[in-house]
Amino acid sequence: MNKILRIDTKQKGFSYSEPETRLALMGGRALTSRIVMDEVPPTCHPLSADNKIIIAPGLLSGTTAANSGRLSIGAKSPLTGGIKESNAGGLVSQKLARLGIKAIILEDKPEGDDYSLIHITKDGVKFIPADDLVGMTNSEVITTLWERFGEKVGVACIGPAGEQRLTGASIQLADPKGNPGRAAGRGGLGAVMGSKKIKAMVIDDAGCERVKPANKEAFSGVAKKWAKLLTSHPVSGQGLPAFGTAILVNVVNEAGGMPTKNFRTGRFDKAENISGELMAELIEKRGGIIKEGCHPGCVIKCSQAYHDKNGDYLTSGFEYETIWAFGAHCLIDDLDAIAEMDRLCDDIGVDTIDTGVAIGIAMEGGLIEWGDKAGAIDLVNKIRTGDPMGKIIGNGAAFTGQALGVDRIPVVKKQALPAYDPRAVKGVGVTYATTPMGADHTAGYGVCQNILKVGGDVDALKKEGNIDVSKNLQVATAVLDAAGLCIFVAFPVLDSEDGFGMIVDMLNARYGVNLTADDVLAIGINTLETEKAFNRAAGFTKHDDRLPAMFKENLEPHNVTWDFTDEELDSTLNFG
Amino acid sequence: MEIEIKLFATLRPYLKGLSREGHLDVPDETTVADIVEILQLPAEQVRLVFVNGRHASREHILNPGDRVGIFPPVGGG
Repeated sequence: MNKILRIDTKQKGFSYSEPETRLALMGGRALTSRIVMDEVPPTCHPLSADNKIIIAPGLLSGTTAANSGRLSIGAKSPLTGGIKESNAGGLVSQKLARLGIKAIILEDKPEGDDYSLIHITKDGVKFIPADDLVGMTNSEVITTLWERFGEKVGVACIGPAGEQRLTGASIQLADPKGNPGRAAGRGGLGAVMGSKKIKAMVIDDAGCERVKPANKEAFSGVAKKWAKLLTSHPVSGQGLPAFGTAILVNVVNEAGGMPTKNFRTGRFDKAENISGELMAELIEKRGGIIKEGCHPGCVIKCSQAYHDKNGDYLTSGFEYETIWAFGAHCLIDDLDAIAEMDRLCDDIGVDTIDTGVAIGIAMEGGLIEWGDKAGAIDLVNKIRTGDPMGKIIGNGAAFTGQALGVDRIPVVKKQALPAYDPRAVKGVGVTYATTPMGADHTAGYGVCQNILKVGGDVDALKKEGNIDVSKNLQVATAVLDAAGLCIFVAFPVLDSEDGFGMIVDMLNARYGVNLTADDVLAIGINTLETEKAFNRAAGFTKHDDRLPAMFKENLEPHNVTWDFTDEELDSTLNFG
Repeated sequence: MEIEIKLFATLRPYLKGLSREGHLDVPDETTVADIVEILQLPAEQVRLVFVNGRHASREHILNPGDRVGIFPPVGGG
């Protein structure tokens, strides 16, 4: 049990090994970042044979703990040039846990251009020629593989963008219905998989038993309380299931923090046309599905099935950040057009945030007009065909800005900023600047305390308290990512005195250990320290932990600016 | 005085019939709590209140032309 599976993509071989003792209580992001640090030369080219893809289920994945089926995928990022952990739902995490696989390490790269499919079962690993899958969209790949290997097998695959090794390329995962709605989207990991000529991985746990906690009775007792905690909190129990994350369109807009027209103002006057309320209304009217989980065992169910005007399935995992990127950022106020681009991104296999921000940069650069939805859809489509313009967009916002001579490029470490203006939601702004991942809201979601008033109340518009908000959230998030827990468990956990203790208790019962809350927090701190060390060795300095100068401009309606000093930012992840 | 009212998510239906085009006439010195009462909003559903884009308490006294946005418990990310 709990083996490391090493796969040599050059020799098309594999081996299992026992993890070293020091890795025993590492899972998810803690483990992917540790192995990247130990085994990937920080200065290597991310598309070279020296880079590795590490795929790890969380420490609680495969158990009956609610919302514990999240997957971590790590590597050196072709987008940022630093360490990357990209986190996704889907079916793979729990299946790996049941197969007794603690991590997959994809190594080396083949010399030729022939693609492979990797098929993982309890009997071992097979390389299968995959030339028939090359050029397929992620929907086509998953449909084909479910027909060939049975429905409900786990699939992780790349689309045409990953094959082209574009720095915006994602690894997409089959959701429980076989749609490519779940993404390890950020950081260009699809390009690394493409460089290793792996089109898809099929993970089948047929014949495997459920994960048995060391202390079964204790585990089941806490897991019951845990599920109740998640379903009884108003945000995770009611708000997220009813409206998905898109409800934030109106919330963040009302708070004056929705970046509009490439971060020029904090309000979009047509926000209502792209709102979560409208999405819920359209889903109901068109026979879609309001709430779905991204993995079995999810009790929050923030995903959905969004249908088009004809009542046919269009997309799922239709998130606030995507709606913002193609919407307010680009002045597009048509939810159907945005849904179409979300689907295209999932199919072609690109990150919706970096791609949406890149489209806005293309508008900034005069390639198409602001608000031109047909032009935007056309550009996204071009990523699929290998058209040079598509390659520019598919390489993300930073690359697009440089290609078009634009001076307003909202990126940190070359990764595009997400859907909260850092000047008006300062807690998450500190995270954008300081997380080792490049601008990433999920690394320390200060929106909680700043806007949603969960887990505390810290003024979004003032500096005071927001360095600590980001620091504490970055540590806690690294813990959730190590455990394989969905980030949205943070809403009830932050608002409950017992929530964090339940996570500690589940880890103890699962592994038969006696960790304290501090021991568990140390997992998060160590992960961040490891990631910072990798980035330093890759050439990053403290000057990379800054927002672009464009954020010194005033932002309406609150007339705020980005006013943290360098010293304040440098103190954020200084654990002494 | 006239104020602008925006109700979101599950609170949206409570706007019907009580105001025209999202505007409401109220006496001077009206507070956020008064608005909750006037619109008969279920108290447990009133989680986030923004006045002109800033968080406001129930005791907050409104001024003419204020934009009041009220949300039930919601989240995302």
